[in-house]
Formats: sequence, structure tokens, C-alpha cells
Amino acid sequence: MNVAGLSDLHSAFDRTDRDAAERLRRSRVLLVGMGGLGSPVAMSLATAGVGTLVCVDFDRVDLSNLQRQVIFRDADIGRWKVDAARDRLRAMAPGVNVEIVREAMTVKNAEALVRSVDLVIDGADNFATRYLVNDACVLVGRPNVFGSVARFDGQVAVFAAPGGPCYRCLHPEPPPEGLIPNCAEGGVLGVLPGVVGALQAVEAVKLLTGMGEPLVGRLLLYDALRMRIRDIVLPRDPECPVCGEAPTITELAATGSFCAMPADEMTIEAAELDAWRRTGVPHTLIDVREPSEFAEGAIDGARLVPLPRAVTEVPRMVGEGPVVVYCRSGMRSARAAAMLRERGIDARSLAGGIEAWRRGGYAGSESA
Amino acid sequence: MRIVLNGEETTLPRPMTVQELLEHLEIDPRLVAVECNRVVVRRATYAETPIPPDAEVEIVAFVGGG
Repeated sequence: MNVAGLSDLHSAFDRTDRDAAERLRRSRVLLVGMGGLGSPVAMSLATAGVGTLVCVDFDRVDLSNLQRQVIFRDADIGRWKVDAARDRLRAMAPGVNVEIVREAMTVKNAEALVRSVDLVIDGADNFATRYLVNDACVLVGRPNVFGSVARFDGQVAVFAAPGGPCYRCLHPEPPPEGLIPNCAEGGVLGVLPGVVGALQAVEAVKLLTGMGEPLVGRLLLYDALRMRIRDIVLPRDPECPVCGEAPTITELAATGSFCAMPADEMTIEAAELDAWRRTGVPHTLIDVREPSEFAEGAIDGARLVPLPRAVTEVPRMVGEGPVVVYCRSGMRSARAAAMLRERGIDARSLAGGIEAWRRGGYAGSESA
Repeated sequence: MRIVLNGEETTLPRPMTVQELLEHLEIDPRLVAVECNRVVVRRATYAETPIPPDAEVEIVAFVGGG
């Protein structure tokens, strides 16, 4: 190729790049969940030049997050995730406008949040939020770049794009409560969300700039253990309850339980449990964490029954008064409480878990 | 009977419905979606949906972590 030809080629690329960059600069992207997936997606989109990132998360940075939630540093432990993420993104890409929403996605705020952006990134860690995001994207008409991880597997798809399927075309309803662990409970290969998040970012940039062929009508399955990537055809289902011909879901409603937001009557605050313990209110205290966590320190008098065994074993241990279950932060114990209550047991989950108990400085939780 | 299951050639001991396939594989039907020849099979119809010979069957597990 002669020099003139090379120059033409470069200028053609430059022109495309300039158009794409301008489209990205004008774009607003909603990131639901600033965890293992939200971290790499946010950093990729910020450095790619997306104009505005709206980051939604209600949680604080925990030491156990750092192995996969790469946007956070050790010094961020204890900070709100959205605050730490905003600081990091601004340091990386000073031109990016970061809006933070320090609350959970709920039936109340989902529609307005989704409507305010061009595209949504689903990096949630629970099915209730995923179904809420899906339904809001279908109802409002915004593409949803879905990514999910568990153990060694990842999934990526673009849902709610014009003519394409949605999450309910694949799974019309969420799985039964408590049978599918999330990353904090079931574990995930720490580097896996980085791969899946990067794939989500690629799809987001393609959709925002109009480049290429987005992952619409296909579901990408990533098997990290065998290093195999497959994509299966996922057509839109005319009978889908939300995006089908005769939808039964026409407005947002809560689906399943939000693992970090248990119903009030199913929880007990640390202060109340402390009062029960000091005044002798009868109850059975169960720690549903893993044995390794229990060994590092538990609330005095608690008996260890890890979540997977809780439903079968706790009913045999019930004494006088309610059962109080706890875990690290209150997510697993909320599931345990829900499953036990389905079996007729008066079970309450300690709100905020042993972390809240320790923060409150209540007696009987010295670390081992 | 030969089918392609999650991209791999598989031989089933006999013709089966979707429900029988999941039982054969010891998979809880509430935890997966099943696609047969590129159509997602409704869970309510697993028992009466036969898997045709040479079908391409995809069993997609729920993956929800982030």
C-alpha cells in the first residue's frame, strides 16, 4: 500500500472514531450494582469516553469484595460503593460525569432511573433486581446489557432491544427462593466477573455507537473451567409475560425477594436481639455461614448450620421461642428465614448480620 | 437415541420427553431453562414434549451473581 492509501485509511478510521466518540460522549448509561460486574463495566465505559455513568448500589465496600470488585482499593473498605466508585472513575477519566444513587433498585425508582438513560447494564447480585431491571427496560424501552456470573460460569446477552427477547423469554419466572446461591454465598472465580464485565462493556459500546452486530437474540455462555464459549439462539417468545403479544406484566411489581432487603417482620435488629439475650427472651440462635467464617468468630451461643443444610437441620433444633438466624451481612440469613417460614417456623433474620452486631458493640462476638 | 446436548453429541438410552431427560440427568427443572431446536420449552409442557431424534437441546442454568 502506498503512503497516500495508508493516509486515507487512517482518516477513514479517524472519522469513524470521531463520530463514535461523540455518540459515546452524549450517552448516559445506568449501572445497576457496583459489584464484580459493575466494577469492570464502569471503568471500561469511563475510559471509553461514555459521557455520563449513573451508578446504583446501596451497599458498602467489604474486604471480601476486593478479590473481584476491582474498582475498589483496600482503603475503600467501609465506604459506600458508589462513593468509592465515583472517586476512582473521576481519577481515571476526569471527563466522565458520574451520578450516584445510594439506594437499591426498587419498584418505586426503577422506571425513572431506566427512563433517564440510553442503556442499562445489569450487574445485580440477586434475581429480584434482575427481573425488576428486565421488566423496567421492556416497559420503558431501553436495551439491557445483561451479565451474570456464578462459580466458573458466565452469561451475557442484550435484552429488551427492539425486536429482541428479554430475560423472561428465557426464564419466565425467577428460581425458587434460596436454591441458587449468589457470589457472596456460592463463590465465584475472582477474575471471572472481569471477563464477563468486559464483554458487557463491548456490547454497550456497540449499542451506543451503532457498530457491528449486538448480542440480540443470542445468549452467550462462558465456561471458564473448560474455557469454552458458546452462544445459543434465544428468540423472542410471543407468549413472554412481559414482552410477548399479550403481556400479563404491564407495570412493575416486586418479583421474588431482594436478598439484601428482607421484609421487616422477618428481621430482628441487633439492638433487639441484644435485649432478648440480656433479658432472657427464649430463642434459638443459628449461624448460617460457612464453617470457616464461623471459626473466625461468632455470636456466643450460636449453633452453626450452613445455609445449604439449614432447611433440613434447623427444624429439628427449634426450642422455645423463635429461631434467629444470622450470617455476615444479613443476605443468607434472610433466605434461611424465608425458607424456614415457608415450613411454618417463626424465623427471624438478624438485620445486617454479624457485621451490624459488631458495629453495635454488643457483647459476645469477639473474633477468634 | 442421539441428540446434541449443550453442544455435545449425546446418546440417550431411549426416546424421552423433556421431563424424562431432566430426570435422567438428575436436574431440578425449576433451576434451568430448556431449549429444544431453538425454541424455549415451557415448563408446564415438559411432560408432554418429546425430544425428537437429532434434536439440539440446550439446558441453561440460572446464573444470577454479579
